[in-house]
Amino acid sequence: MSETAALSRRSFLTVSVAAGAAFALEARLALAASDAGVAPSGRELTAYIRIMADNTVVIGSKNPEMGQGIKVMLPMLIAEELDVDWAQVRIEQAAVDPKRYPDQWSGGSMSTPLNWLPMRQAGAAARAMLVAAAARQWGVGAETLRTAQGHVVEPGGRGRRASYAELADAASRGAVPDPAGLKLKDPRDFRIIGRSQKGVDVPKIVRGEPLFGIDVRLPGLVHAALVKCPAIGGTLAHFDDTRARAVPGVLGVFPIASGQAADRRNDALVVIAGSWWTASQARETLDVTWDTAAQAAFSTEGYDRKATALLAGAAQQVFAKTGDADKAIAGAAKVVRADYAYPFLPHATLEPQNCTALWHADGRLEFWVPAQDPEEGRGEVAKVLGIAPEAITIHLTRVGGGFGRRLMSDYMVLAGGAAKSLPGRPVKLIFDRNDDLRNDYYRPAGWHRLTAAIGADNRLLALKDHFVTFGAAGKPLRAAQMSAAEFPVPVLEHVELGQSFLETNLTTGWLRAPTSNAMAFVFQSFLDEVAEAAGKDLPGLMRELLGTARELPAGREGDPAFHTGRARAVIDAVTKSAGWTGARASAPGKGRGFGFYFSHRGYFAEVADVTVAGGQIRVDKIWIAGDIGAHVINPINAEHQSQGAALEGLAQALVMQPVVQADGRVTTDNFGDFPLLRIDGKPAEVALSWVPSDFPPTGLGEPALPPVIPAIANAVRQATGQRLRSLPLRLS
Amino acid sequence: MTSALSFIVNGESRSVTAPAEKPLLWVLREDLDMPGTKFGCGAGLCGACTVILDGVAVRSCQTPAGDVAGKTVTTIEGVAALAAGKRVVDAWVDLDVPQCGYCQAGQIMSATALLTETPKPSADEIVAGMVGNICRCSTYIRIERAIRKAAGLGEPA
Ligand code: FES
Ligand code: FES
Repeated sequence: MSETAALSRRSFLTVSVAAGAAFALEARLALAASDAGVAPSGRELTAYIRIMADNTVVIGSKNPEMGQGIKVMLPMLIAEELDVDWAQVRIEQAAVDPKRYPDQWSGGSMSTPLNWLPMRQAGAAARAMLVAAAARQWGVGAETLRTAQGHVVEPGGRGRRASYAELADAASRGAVPDPAGLKLKDPRDFRIIGRSQKGVDVPKIVRGEPLFGIDVRLPGLVHAALVKCPAIGGTLAHFDDTRARAVPGVLGVFPIASGQAADRRNDALVVIAGSWWTASQARETLDVTWDTAAQAAFSTEGYDRKATALLAGAAQQVFAKTGDADKAIAGAAKVVRADYAYPFLPHATLEPQNCTALWHADGRLEFWVPAQDPEEGRGEVAKVLGIAPEAITIHLTRVGGGFGRRLMSDYMVLAGGAAKSLPGRPVKLIFDRNDDLRNDYYRPAGWHRLTAAIGADNRLLALKDHFVTFGAAGKPLRAAQMSAAEFPVPVLEHVELGQSFLETNLTTGWLRAPTSNAMAFVFQSFLDEVAEAAGKDLPGLMRELLGTARELPAGREGDPAFHTGRARAVIDAVTKSAGWTGARASAPGKGRGFGFYFSHRGYFAEVADVTVAGGQIRVDKIWIAGDIGAHVINPINAEHQSQGAALEGLAQALVMQPVVQADGRVTTDNFGDFPLLRIDGKPAEVALSWVPSDFPPTGLGEPALPPVIPAIANAVRQATGQRLRSLPLRLS
Repeated sequence: MTSALSFIVNGESRSVTAPAEKPLLWVLREDLDMPGTKFGCGAGLCGACTVILDGVAVRSCQTPAGDVAGKTVTTIEGVAALAAGKRVVDAWVDLDVPQCGYCQAGQIMSATALLTETPKPSADEIVAGMVGNICRCSTYIRIERAIRKAAGLGEPA
């Protein structure tokens, strides 16, 4: 796979003067759509590098950091090609600036594929300019010179040597190279990529330094507690704040809009006070009436009832059809039928949603926010508050957990409204835990009725699915869709995928490995049932279905292709590392299960060992084999992300409880009703192995999550004989 | 009723004027400008707000400021001054424990209290000492390793 010539003519490098820097390079590089096969065309990425007088190098990291390690990873790519020692590097969080950093978001495990090439090219460009400067000074050809640890050296001749800082001034006056002509390092010479680099903020975290959005400190800061319409989409009808305003320290109570109600009507109040605790106490004294007539009919119970009714009928839409599934099922030697379901889930980032905003006298609005996608926030705020996007300034803080929640921007809109109510004062809005759990953009629930036909030769012939999901106007809601290329659809002769829609007032959104976290459970569990009916094990059935190494077509244009050979390689690797024999576990209550999933460009096969005792399911050990391309850029962080994703999958399988809704309102109460995994539920070990392949590296925030869920469910089947078909897994 | 409260925080005597029922968490964050101690649930369920009060790990969101008067509080900002705290913090950095980092102040405070009380904890004692602290990023495997390292125990069996 070619990694060169990936820059379009719009790419350029500029040298600018930055305070304190001997040399400052700003690179603007357009990533070609064809190369990593990921960048929507027209997207650009920029980077900055500053070489300081003491030969330290300041590198800007542009994307939001939420624990996924991007703040270290992007500078690693630049430093590698710049050819400096990691110890020389200082990392800065770059400002939010859409003109300079058009892809300044973190989500979908996309930061690695989008930045792998351009960040290295930025480093290589700066290096080339420094080498050219030395060549001019020494009167030698640039090709005779080498670099190492932030110095240009002359291996032959007079053996001269100069630090980048010494060369910086001359370099900044030299010609800017054509990025397309830059030669990148041979991976064999990598000294930073592929070596573990620890989190840059860790020393500050362990000292308790203010890094997060909730820690923002500003002169004159006041605090806002939220009173949100208990049914999402409902509106504020009437309120009496007499008692609240009488609470000492309260500055006011103001109606505001989240943007979620029709016509952006007011659907919340904020109580603003000198202390958040005072504000949160004062809100208990408010007398508020809400208009929730249009939402009152929605409930968890209602969804279940309606889904059951819809599953019994024909799908409202057929969205994928090959061959004749019904006919194949009618003539099959064996038919497997099963219904699967999974619930609404919130994100529950440990740092609750929060945002600080300041409405300036001249109408400018300034934000300090832990966001995954600050530009989305700018657009939403502009729309709901009716101001120009250019009037908004955004400062990014460290993010105390994202998982997709902070790709949405309701908390920015609400904080903006609060600030507008009290111009000239910075207002920090903090959701309490229930505000957070009840005003999420939930992973939507879903139901599947699956039918598989197995031939006399015990091969899978046909698959039919009726998917009941949430939709409006005949289209699935955000994160409620299913791919028409869901495996094994592309390898079967007879397939029919249909869907029917339920309505909801709940806002839906992306939860780590969105759609995949649910589909992996449904399809890899169901395939395990098919394998069992056909007298095989799931890895064996998967190998048979995957067949020879080839590329399967993507479900939608722009989606990545699925390489069956890469899938087989990780299946082989994990069955080997786990010592998978396909045999049943010998000890009572012990079981072992397998799951594979391809998502976010990563191929992951996982095995889970479980013990079921006293009605409790415990995961003893998880094996992971992953293929994320040719390089694991930062191994220690890759281990972190894989472990974290696998344990989150474990939590989705066993710990996280469904969001409960009644009369349109989410009633889930704090971490009592919505438990998260604790240390007593962790497996003893997560054994990780990498299967390198000849592809550019891809992201790791998500793809290790989906397969662990079916691996656990399939292990429970082996341990107990029970096939658990809804999440969270509950023994009967 | 607001009243003047005095107590020792990280070795320094501090006074604040605050309602006696205001949780220590918010007194630290708002009145003493020490935002290292974190708000996660406000209900004693997550451990993000853990501080050490007279040698015992407590949930500062459940501790009224009035109850702290005259007592000694250690927070994340001062934990490295404790012998066990220093070992815990060093192990945390060494093993690169945090992901998002939001829970880690509370984790470090609980681990410090655990090792102060039980210098060589068993696996069950580690679980018992840490089970009140949620890590949404699930850094539990490294948390266990870091505690074992700080305690001078080997890798988990
Ligand atoms: S904030 Fe105190 S236990 Fe969660
Ligand atoms: S590191 Fe994110 S919550 Fe623990």
